[in-house]
Amino acid sequence: MSTMTMGGALNAGLRAALTADPKVVLMGEDIGRLGGVYRITDGLQREFGPRRVMDTPLAESGILGTAVGLAYRGYRPVCEIQFDGFVYPAFDQIVSQVARMRARTNGAVSLPITIRIPVGGGIGSAEHHSDSPEAYFAHTPGLRVVSVADPQDAYDLLQDAIACDDPVLFFEPKRRYHLKGEVDTGRSRPAALGTARVLRQGTDATVVTFGGLVQVALAAADAAADEGVSLEVIDLRSLSPIDWVTVAASVRRTGRVVVTHEAPESVGLGAELAAGITERCFSYLEHAPVRVTGFDIPYPPSKLEKHHLPDLDRLLDGVDAALGRPSSFEDES
Amino acid sequence: MSHTVAAPRAAGTPDPDPALRGAVRILTPDGERRDDAEYGGQVADVDDEALLALYDDMVVVRRIDTEATNLQRQGELALWPPLLGQEAAQIGSARALRTDDFAFTSYRENGVAYCRGVTPAELVPVWRGVTASGWDPYRVGMATPQVIIAAQTLHATGYALGLQHDGSDAVAIAYFGDGATSEGDASEALVFAATYTAPVVFFCQNNHWAISEPVSLQSGSSLAGRAAGFGVPSVTVDGNDVLAVLAVTRAALARARAGGGPSFIEAVTYRMGPHTTADDPTRYRDPAELEAWRRLDPIDRVAAHLTARGVLTDERRAAVTAHADEVAHAMRAACTALPDPDPMSLFEHVYATAHPELDRQKARYARYLDSFEDAR
Repeated sequence: MSTMTMGGALNAGLRAALTADPKVVLMGEDIGRLGGVYRITDGLQREFGPRRVMDTPLAESGILGTAVGLAYRGYRPVCEIQFDGFVYPAFDQIVSQVARMRARTNGAVSLPITIRIPVGGGIGSAEHHSDSPEAYFAHTPGLRVVSVADPQDAYDLLQDAIACDDPVLFFEPKRRYHLKGEVDTGRSRPAALGTARVLRQGTDATVVTFGGLVQVALAAADAAADEGVSLEVIDLRSLSPIDWVTVAASVRRTGRVVVTHEAPESVGLGAELAAGITERCFSYLEHAPVRVTGFDIPYPPSKLEKHHLPDLDRLLDGVDAALGRPSSFEDES
Repeated sequence: MSHTVAAPRAAGTPDPDPALRGAVRILTPDGERRDDAEYGGQVADVDDEALLALYDDMVVVRRIDTEATNLQRQGELALWPPLLGQEAAQIGSARALRTDDFAFTSYRENGVAYCRGVTPAELVPVWRGVTASGWDPYRVGMATPQVIIAAQTLHATGYALGLQHDGSDAVAIAYFGDGATSEGDASEALVFAATYTAPVVFFCQNNHWAISEPVSLQSGSSLAGRAAGFGVPSVTVDGNDVLAVLAVTRAALARARAGGGPSFIEAVTYRMGPHTTADDPTRYRDPAELEAWRRLDPIDRVAAHLTARGVLTDERRAAVTAHADEVAHAMRAACTALPDPDPMSLFEHVYATAHPELDRQKARYARYLDSFEDAR
């Protein structure tokens, strides 16, 4: 065990993957000499050389399209998209090519491509640097979507994603890059890909979240406990597929659920969660699922983002709604 | 290799299009074989018998094309993208490839597929709508056809990077059309290929039409000329001259194998048929243009040459026709015998690893189908 930041754990995970499999190659803008704008690939080009840690031209479709060709040839590319809002030029290659190649070739060609994306807000940055684009990719058959929230999961799940024969969108909440935690680098834990985890047990309501809001949910659970409300907190980790077994088991116990994410509400992951929970847990529910999310707006200027991003108080307002207490959710129709 | 817009090399029948000016040409439309100072040596080994084999290839793929079009008209195929007129561009380039080279193509490269070893029976199932893929790409060294315009140019470049990393001297080749050169992916592929000196050949068939849009709408300059801006050497070739196409492709492949990096070939040809069987080119195309290109037919000039040489006798011509008919009949028989797929195959091959949500949907649909007595 050693103490690492989440960024350091990701770096260690990449180093372990590069060491374990000579077919692993890293591609991205500024990931070589600079080590990435967030330094996640710091030192890796020096250690593994420019062919395995490739600085690429500034063309996201080009990064993903050439990754398809490399994977076709038997490589296992790990692409870094510099910021969430920069992934859209690569959207066609991801959705039309990466996601579909296996089905298109009747299983002859698998594309084990990992697409790392620093995501989410809360860092006071400019436009296109704070998006949460998970729903686009979770909606696309053929992709897996993973979101990590702490150093241990960052270390383990990144290696699981790279080793996976399916393409994986790997979301790293950038406001948690400096979050510290103990990391067991022994790889003794069971593979976590595709599973959610119950981070805190509770009895009155379940909070389902992922990525940057996991810490917010844990803090909200502490605050709620002070008021005598017991919250169960689930870190979804896998956004596609969703671990419905873990989610449904929790909601059946608590009877109430609040789903929270940074992305806009409409047709977001919260909608899928609310629908899926209702289908599976209808007779156990004491209240309709509640969504606490970003608004249906383009990501706002940084001085306004604290209003847009769900925080502890807004999350507890949602918990009040789920508990049938007075809240801002009243009188909606 | 260098792109030039110098005085015409071509002689004989007047060319209907300025894009052919300065194009490498070895076999004239009248069937005269000439030398080419820069590229002639690449095909010095192609004797009459070898040329006859290329003739056979072209006749066969045209016959396949005709048969597939007929199958579509008869309701046996949902759609077919004819290659009529582009036989020399496809056969000449594909016959330059080695077994371990790898082709990434669009949907019109059925001639390339034939040369790579895709059987005619494997060409039609996708267009009949019974499967997503007609063949295993790794068996033949050719990816399944790409529908998104220019996306495959990047795949070829990435594959070439993989070859480079492996220390292989094999080459990737990307086939795309004039319309594709407008897509961002084509430009990005040229940037990546030039940056990494990737062993990739960009083979652009300028067939003059992207459905209804003429090539003049895609570019204000020659297509080959644009490659220079990326630092990629290029050449314009008479795409209806199978020998010239073979020669320039061999040169580009040799360059890539020797570590010289990417090349761009503009094969100037003509889509004599519709974009697909769903298209009606009479709505946008001057019939006189088609007539002008008919005089540049890629098969006629080889036939004229070999006939004048006394190689293509009536007997051998009949043998080639019989071969083409045999292939076409086998394709038709295989096509019409294709059963509709099992509905549960919907759920296959989407993921390599377990996906409980898709499994749930699959199980539910199986129960639904089972609720009909005679559905399965």
